Amino acid sequence: MGYPHPSHAKEQLVLSKHFGDAGARTFDGWVKRGGYEGLKRALGMTRDQVVEIVKASGLRGRGGAGFPTGLKWSFMPKEVTKPHYLVCNADESEPGTFKDREIIRWTPHQLLEGCAIAAHAIGAERIYIYIRGEFTAEHRILTAAVEDAYRSGALGGNVFGSGRRIDVVVHRGAGAYICGEETAMMNSIEGKRGNPRIKPPFPAAAGLWACPTTINNVETLAAIGHILVRGADWYKGLCLSSPKSTGTKLFSVCGHVQRPGNYEVVMGTPMRDLVYDMCGGMRPGRALKAVIPGGSSVPIMTAAEIEDCAMDYEGIAAKGSMLGSGGMIVMDDSTDIVYQVMRLARFYAHESCAQCTQCREGTAWTTRILERILAGAGKAEDLALLLDLADNMTGKTICVLSDSCAAPVVSAIKKFRGEFDAYLNRTRRPVMVAV
Amino acid sequence: MTAELVNVTIDGMTVAVPKGTSIIEAAKQAGILVPHYCYHPSLPSPAVCRMCLVEVEKAPKLMPACVTTVVEGQVVHTDGEEARRARTGVLEFLLINHPLDCPICDQAGECELQDYTFQEGRPGTRYSEYAKRYNPVEDFGPDVLYVPNRCILCTRCVRFMDDVAGTPVLNVSERGDRAYIGIDQGQLLDHPWAGNVVDLCPVGSLLSKDFLHKARAWDLDKSASVCTGCSQGCNITIDTRDNTVVRLRPRPNLEVNRHFMCDTGRMNYRWMNRGDRIEAPLVQDGGRLVATDWDRAVDRLAGLVEKGGTSVLLASASASLESLGLVHRLLSGTRLTAVVQLPVVDSEEPLQGIKDLALRRERAPNGDGARLIGYGMDWQGAVKAASTADLVVLLDVTLTDAEAALVSGAAAVVVLGTVQAQELPAAALVLPLTNVAEENGTFVNRDQRVQRYQQARTAPGMSRPAWWVAGQVTPAGGLAPSSSPATAAQAFELVCSSIPALAGLTYSDLGLLGRLAPTHGLAPTMQGGS
Amino acid sequence: MSGTPGAGPAHAEAHHEESYQPVFVGAVKARLEALFPQYPTRQACLLPALWMVQEERGWISPSAIGEVAEVLGLTPAFVKGVVTFYTMYHTHPVGRHFIQVCTTSPCNICGAEDVVKAFLQHTGCGELGATSKDGRFTVIEVECLGACGFATPVLIDDDFIEGVTPERVPGILQGYK
Repeated sequence: MGYPHPSHAKEQLVLSKHFGDAGARTFDGWVKRGGYEGLKRALGMTRDQVVEIVKASGLRGRGGAGFPTGLKWSFMPKEVTKPHYLVCNADESEPGTFKDREIIRWTPHQLLEGCAIAAHAIGAERIYIYIRGEFTAEHRILTAAVEDAYRSGALGGNVFGSGRRIDVVVHRGAGAYICGEETAMMNSIEGKRGNPRIKPPFPAAAGLWACPTTINNVETLAAIGHILVRGADWYKGLCLSSPKSTGTKLFSVCGHVQRPGNYEVVMGTPMRDLVYDMCGGMRPGRALKAVIPGGSSVPIMTAAEIEDCAMDYEGIAAKGSMLGSGGMIVMDDSTDIVYQVMRLARFYAHESCAQCTQCREGTAWTTRILERILAGAGKAEDLALLLDLADNMTGKTICVLSDSCAAPVVSAIKKFRGEFDAYLNRTRRPVMVAV
Repeated sequence: MTAELVNVTIDGMTVAVPKGTSIIEAAKQAGILVPHYCYHPSLPSPAVCRMCLVEVEKAPKLMPACVTTVVEGQVVHTDGEEARRARTGVLEFLLINHPLDCPICDQAGECELQDYTFQEGRPGTRYSEYAKRYNPVEDFGPDVLYVPNRCILCTRCVRFMDDVAGTPVLNVSERGDRAYIGIDQGQLLDHPWAGNVVDLCPVGSLLSKDFLHKARAWDLDKSASVCTGCSQGCNITIDTRDNTVVRLRPRPNLEVNRHFMCDTGRMNYRWMNRGDRIEAPLVQDGGRLVATDWDRAVDRLAGLVEKGGTSVLLASASASLESLGLVHRLLSGTRLTAVVQLPVVDSEEPLQGIKDLALRRERAPNGDGARLIGYGMDWQGAVKAASTADLVVLLDVTLTDAEAALVSGAAAVVVLGTVQAQELPAAALVLPLTNVAEENGTFVNRDQRVQRYQQARTAPGMSRPAWWVAGQVTPAGGLAPSSSPATAAQAFELVCSSIPALAGLTYSDLGLLGRLAPTHGLAPTMQGGS
Repeated sequence: MSGTPGAGPAHAEAHHEESYQPVFVGAVKARLEALFPQYPTRQACLLPALWMVQEERGWISPSAIGEVAEVLGLTPAFVKGVVTFYTMYHTHPVGRHFIQVCTTSPCNICGAEDVVKAFLQHTGCGELGATSKDGRFTVIEVECLGACGFATPVLIDDDFIEGVTPERVPGILQGYK
């Protein structure tokens, strides 16, 4: 559903079928709704068989990178000589994204089932679910669901009588967006500062405590049970445009639409359908100005650009942006683009871990320049400077946080130049920004 | 067992390096230094400064040279346009908060931020925002000051304390551009090896209080030397200004101390500048010690030695191999008891992250050299024997009052020293010596490594090295006349010629990094001179 | 938002605890020790341990940092480095009720800054980060809370409240004494 609104006909409800249904939170409730069938099937298969099914389904990581999930699982060593770990990335912090929270608070067992199947597929006995510290209610719900699952034999030393051990540990974050980066998350679980690690080594070779580790997003894992039950072909068939983007995606639409919420649609659904039809379009008297389609770390799209854009990895890339996490920030013509770009830059400056020079200093400098432009003290060369800084901040760091700061800045200057010029020319009234 | 070699071309030069070598180390083999800050060969590499980004053909992005291992056939460009732009970018980012403190910063002249900025930084800043971040200076104690404003967060200091010193007392606190280096509250940076963080800091953020505002780097003269604090024999550099020793710093030697020295050794240099030196040779004349010239002093010494009889040689284990050897040789025709004064403490202070590196229990640099020459260790016994000896020679030692009283019982006492260490008014001769900073010489460390040290300041007054003094005199008892070595190199060869373990060694064999004594696993290529 | 730049130990540790009572005794100790088997290292229990301290004491003092370090076999410097990295840990006392308002762009374009102003006004705090005179409230801005479709979300203590508007603020505050 366009949760919290009633579901729309153009949605395809797989993961979100039970959003809003408190009965789905319990083990029994989930089983009644068809749950844990996938896990039971997976336990009767070998690791390789499960991996092949997920590979064939075409499922790609839903956290933002879009890496093929089955392929990622296949990187784990075939022989278990050191403990293997599965980490579930529930650190959802990408501005504009709020889908994982719904999955956890309405259907925690959907997630747990997916985790358990994944753990089986990668040879892991222990799963760490890293949930951001701010998700207080979700943490309670998830913890209760874990206890429920243990009581019901879905987790523990003998999952559903298979002899297999699968344990879940829920690990709370404490306020750091960067911990959503997979290597930073591992450092955080290990009890360190959430600094991203250099790769190689890759997590599948040396991850948590130098042991083979796979990190998957909540939405990715939630799909696994369905794929096991309904088959890879079914999932692959959910595809409206590029064959490389299959299945459904929860698009978290927020900002200036009539009905913000989570919309589950088949990959390749046209973006204009989502914005104008399913979300009810703009508020009265307003026109669409911009959409950031994949969480704030991707280039901004103009209203014109969304007109013929298929919402899948390839379709949005063809329009010069990225599907990312699918967190769609919709901005109408009341939006001050310059101000919002400044606010995003400030977000990245707050969240920078401080390791890499370009990110540590560049995000803060970018923010200050934008604040100064807004305050009416901008100079003609500031835009060229911002673009040059963005170039210096792209492709040069351990992780992509600094690239993520650069993306909205570059795209905004390119596509909304007039708004910047208005501040530079002093034709727009300055905005004093609280520092 | 030879490592598998990999061929890689860096800036047009092809080198073959062991598999697993990083690009930055391979580049060194090609004579190319890739600019860097956080990388250090003795620390784990985090690749955070992003200064060492280089172009690797076929790689989609610039790669950090410090953590990228070489691949067969790889072609690397460290100085192409893209890499240069990236470095210029890093420098600009570092300088937006780094204050232009050069006029008041100790690091000026030996600062890697200055150096690289001069080399490829922007000529002016484009930063025109409000004031740079400001944090007050902190005393990390006992010797280290932290100036947060200058910190470039390379984290070398944190990694040193964590991984090499094994005491995680430093951290990175906070996040983003608010980050700074924090110290464990209530703790000081008093680890025995903590002073190395000052050397490691590429900029003037971590400073030595001992050296604070003492001298400008470009006013310093530098000499290669060896620390005299213990038997580890850390290689050091003596920095002098206007002929005064102002600082000791470690000198890299991968076999001995890698890049480090302990704080005890580091702070132990003030005695090199002592002004209360014996300034001229003194001879006993009618109940007083009277200054004279070297010729007369040498004559008097020769006369004493000629008499023969029993002699006791009480020597310092901080004396050079040359001096210990030639003085011993001088007295070898007598019935000689030669011992060395070797201070030993209860425990050592290791630098746990480095193999075989510690502040050793034997707190003198040349105990092993003395042993090789044939000195004994029974100090008490020798002092007692001295009380009835015909001749006692003191070589740069300090006696207790009781020991001085015993020694005074000898028929004749010759004192060779740098300072008047004790009251021996009846001494026959008091001869002024150079100290370790004022002469060339060698020590043998606990691993039987023979290492040279170079003169760093001019010798005061009429002082001379002890090997020269002894070499002026023919040994008693019919031995071959000494060949009066004129240089330390000659003295060295002379001494080595009579020590089987060191036979045939010359100064050019030692270089400035020293050499293990030939009987220690090294191919005997130098027997009979080279 | 970040206030004064980091100022090192001599300045941050202005809150001196006269007689520090350990946190990890009795039931709390048992809860921590129950976590040990879930991780291969003690160090991995650091974030959970810090949460326990904050739940018990409301903030993480220098003495608490020392205690956590000792209990887990880490150095205080290390623990402090971790505490200061994660923004949800308080390193100084805050009001009885801690109010976190999201103002990142998705909420920003939906009026989040007005929500902040309303909270500052109705709590009497006056400015961000300050505690109200009666010690009841502290209000801060935070980054994306992950409920963008329910603008503006606000976290008060452990209560995650969706869809806050300036009009709702006085009513919400009534529930927090």
